Amino acid sequence: MQEKKENNAQNKFARERYAALVKRMTPKSAFGQGCFRAFWVGGLICVLGQALADGAHAWLGLSSAASLTFASVALIFLTAFLTGIGVFDRIARYAGAGTLVPTTGFANAMVAPAMEFKPEGWIMGTGVRLFSIAGPVLVYGISASAAVGILYYFIRW
Amino acid sequence: MTRHRVGAHTIEFGNRPRIVSSAAVVGPKEGRGPLSALFDLALDDPLYGQSSYEQAECAIFQEACSRCLKKAKAEPEQVQAMLGGDLLNQIMAASLAARQLEIPFLGLYGACSTMAEALLLGAILADGGYADPVLCAAGSHYCTAERQYRFPLEYGNQRTPAAQWTVTGAGACLVSAEGPALARISLATVGQIKDMGIKDANNMGAAMAPAAADTLIHHFLDTGRKASDYDKIITGDLGRVGGSLLEELMEQAGFALPEEKHMDCGLCVFDPKEDVHAGGSGCGCSASVLSAMILPRLKSGEWKRVLFMATGALLSTTTSQQGESIPGVAHALVLEGGEGN
Repeated sequence: MQEKKENNAQNKFARERYAALVKRMTPKSAFGQGCFRAFWVGGLICVLGQALADGAHAWLGLSSAASLTFASVALIFLTAFLTGIGVFDRIARYAGAGTLVPTTGFANAMVAPAMEFKPEGWIMGTGVRLFSIAGPVLVYGISASAAVGILYYFIRW
Repeated sequence: MTRHRVGAHTIEFGNRPRIVSSAAVVGPKEGRGPLSALFDLALDDPLYGQSSYEQAECAIFQEACSRCLKKAKAEPEQVQAMLGGDLLNQIMAASLAARQLEIPFLGLYGACSTMAEALLLGAILADGGYADPVLCAAGSHYCTAERQYRFPLEYGNQRTPAAQWTVTGAGACLVSAEGPALARISLATVGQIKDMGIKDANNMGAAMAPAAADTLIHHFLDTGRKASDYDKIITGDLGRVGGSLLEELMEQAGFALPEEKHMDCGLCVFDPKEDVHAGGSGCGCSASVLSAMILPRLKSGEWKRVLFMATGALLSTTTSQQGESIPGVAHALVLEGGEGN
């Protein structure tokens, strides 16, 4: 019993020491570079979105609300198209959060599994796995908005 | 009563079974790498004309086996046992390849250590006269491993600097007690599972390095040898992070493993300019490098004796998500080459 306890303590010590060694020897992600790339690519996507909205308002005669919807739909289409031809993942690998945060990240998270799991069939493949990445975002996003909605019903601010 | 043992973990093969032929088939990215000219076949298309990547992985596995047999001028019906595995759930690529080849089949799973596990057991069968010749093979495919362990291919995820890139490829070796040899297997050290609590599935090198160090230390203790007794100590797919961790752990344990003695298959299979972060991994990594580069070098006499130690991170997405750490394993084989075979 005593011996086992000592062994456990030794194991724990060895693991902690190893974890420290691993931390020291594992290269870190380039934080500054990541931020910079995310900023300019993400910013560019947002500028494009704004341009699409303004353009739709000015030239297609859409109302301001409809023009915003138009911009979202256009960006989603563009992402789906780029994902389909196998280009989006390369842009995303460069841009990181720059493509993840706008609508583009969500569209990519839907289209990529739809393509990936097609060999398993429309039902068990694409149908079942479609939400494998975006699912958690929907579950917790919708749950959170419902919770806030209930709260807002009682406490008006 | 065990007769063929040296020390606690090591097997000695009395007749030193021979690897009589080997073949490696790889994907396009590997084909662009520094070992390009050495592979038997480098594909232009990762789908290999199939309708899914799983089928492609199976076809690559089977092609490596067929080419290996062809080089030894052996027919599948002459082969008495086939040992092999891959990374797919239920080792489907190996099983489907064995279905085509119609050779008595023993499926193995040792993650990326599978090639060493297969050779080790194949050598036992051939040396003991239980089966001869024995076909040993292992393979992996980047596209099937990604979807099984990580994300869909077109999903724009980020890779950490310690992440590794699964090799698309397969290697096969035919082991026999007689015949002209590429190399002979004299000793094998069976590894035990080591788990130092690494949970990061993007740092497999760190999960495997303690197992590699453990097997290597046991090998040195059992045989009384040291790193300088080998032309190279070749690890499977520790990659850049795991490789330096192994050297550090060996240093701490008092069995120095100098950098120039250590070679990692994961670090020599891809062009360093490719975006593969810490290097290659997968069953196909050590299997294809062994078949295409290590065995020919032993045959030519460039290397006289090497220790081939394939490492495996026994990762399951299920237990990993449940918070379990990643167990590692490593098996080592002493391959003797050069003249005087």
